[in-house]
Amino acid sequence: MELISLGIKSIFIDNMVFAYFLGMCSFLAVSKKVSTALGLGAAVIFVLTVTAPTNWLLNEFVLKEGALTWLGASFATVDLSFLRFIMFIAIIAAMVQLVEMVVEKFAPALYGALGIFLPLIAVNCAILGGSLFMAQRDYTLAEATVYGFGSGTGFFLAIVALAAIREKLKYSNVPSGLKGLGITMLLTGLMGIAFMSFMGIDL
Amino acid sequence: MKFLRDLLDKQKPLFHKGGKFENLYYLYEAGETFLFKPNHTAGIKGTQVKDAIDLKRMMITVVIAMIPCLLFGIYNTGHQHFLATGQTAGLWEDFGPKLLIGLELVLPIVIVAYAAGGLVEAAFAVVRKHPINEGFLVTGMLIPLVVPATLPLWQVALATVFAVVIAKEVFGGTGMNILNVAMTARAFLYFAYPAQISGDQVWTYLGDKTPVDGFSGATALAVAYNAGVEGQPVTEALAEHNTVLGDGMFSFMNLFIGWIPGSIGETSTLMALIGAAILIATGVASWKIIVSGFAGAYVMGLVMNLFAVNEYMAMAPEYHWVVGGLAFGVVFMATDPVSAAQTEVGKWIYGFLIGVLTVIIRVTNPAYPEGIMLAVLFMNVFAPLIDYYVVKANKKRRLQRATV
Repeated sequence: MELISLGIKSIFIDNMVFAYFLGMCSFLAVSKKVSTALGLGAAVIFVLTVTAPTNWLLNEFVLKEGALTWLGASFATVDLSFLRFIMFIAIIAAMVQLVEMVVEKFAPALYGALGIFLPLIAVNCAILGGSLFMAQRDYTLAEATVYGFGSGTGFFLAIVALAAIREKLKYSNVPSGLKGLGITMLLTGLMGIAFMSFMGIDL
Repeated sequence: MKFLRDLLDKQKPLFHKGGKFENLYYLYEAGETFLFKPNHTAGIKGTQVKDAIDLKRMMITVVIAMIPCLLFGIYNTGHQHFLATGQTAGLWEDFGPKLLIGLELVLPIVIVAYAAGGLVEAAFAVVRKHPINEGFLVTGMLIPLVVPATLPLWQVALATVFAVVIAKEVFGGTGMNILNVAMTARAFLYFAYPAQISGDQVWTYLGDKTPVDGFSGATALAVAYNAGVEGQPVTEALAEHNTVLGDGMFSFMNLFIGWIPGSIGETSTLMALIGAAILIATGVASWKIIVSGFAGAYVMGLVMNLFAVNEYMAMAPEYHWVVGGLAFGVVFMATDPVSAAQTEVGKWIYGFLIGVLTVIIRVTNPAYPEGIMLAVLFMNVFAPLIDYYVVKANKKRRLQRATV
């Protein structure tokens, strides 16, 4: 039950995009078409769901203060948490590489459409953010997995909704100065207002 | 009408290319089309367009549909003031003074909303060279109806300008926006100046008079939420509330008719339904959205009953229809043809989810006593996605049929 409410919370209430404004670059750049947004969203869900528990294991057994006790009693005082960023990023990059190879092999059209943004998931702050939040909030392994999946789904929903809106925007008459990123930024803010509906719910 | 037509024809050259007021053409055009367009129908031969309705007529119909709510709101504002200050208890006693107080409070808000919205609209029309659409007539009427009568006028102006510019004009004007403009204005006020648009003090105008002993300005939603927290059955809490102002203020019947504190136009479910009847009869609003919106709220109320962990969740689902602004929001906000889902199947989904979300936010979110505002905005965001998938499913079905 608690896992379910954590999942719902990470999708709607603590939405990566609208509550923390993380992962903005790919959110803004790859939301021109619903089909590509779907691909990127799915990739983000996968990477977050895999990296959150992997990083949890890494954090629990290598990086945290006293995590290396299993090597011997003398390691009990070793605190490697200053290595968190670089280690987390390394894991994320490895996972992204994996996703990239899979996508290239099985969905070459999507691979072409995502272009540079697929490798750039590695530096998508939503994903590093997911791992760091997970470490900071002391989740258990199961919670970390659910949290990773939930935040990924939150990002997925946000980017697909934005892509659908932007497809509709083709019929709008946006002032030339605001075309492209400008109007997308404004839209993100307006969508943020809509997502405020869930903020404050205590699950 | 003839002399008006002549007058307009005489001024026409001034506004056309090369005329003196060439830049103001669209201001002229707005006046002309408001009165005379569209004036061409197909006559009787053949199957052609025989109905003269267009965007302008449509918007005017919405404004007409809102008039019951507005009149009711004006009188109710005065009535609540008299009740709270203990001057008269009877509904129709002091009819004149009550009406006067209501007018004094509500009319300035309407005028300010129209003036601010109209100015921005006109400025954009002149600079960007697009015609003025009557969309802002609806927005300018909706905004006063969803704010409390005590709202400072500068906030009305600010919210209207914000909503018209950010939610509408940057997208190119009427028909191109994504979010409902009036709801954006209210959300802006809600997050920017919460003190003037939430809580228990703002809904009833007191003026310089002191309220009667034991008076509480809480809305039915606030009472219901607190009852849930304190574990008292909601209907009981509603019945006990504000008995100093007369029995049964929050009885089901009175909630339905709407002699209760709240935003100006949202209190009366009855008036919203009259508006709905006008909108549906003229074909302006989608009955599917209205029906599915009410259905969604009812179904979610039932589901809440099944899993009730507090008294608010156990509240009878039909109460969700009459407390707060659900009826007004579903009838006038959700059906906004621009920001709603465009496909027929999409409308069912869209309306239903608005009802569901409203009840979820009301019952579970302590930060917002009312959910309809954010539910409508939230579904506005997802409406294009719903449409996308409905269209995709339609295409798939028809392709299958075509390639047997």
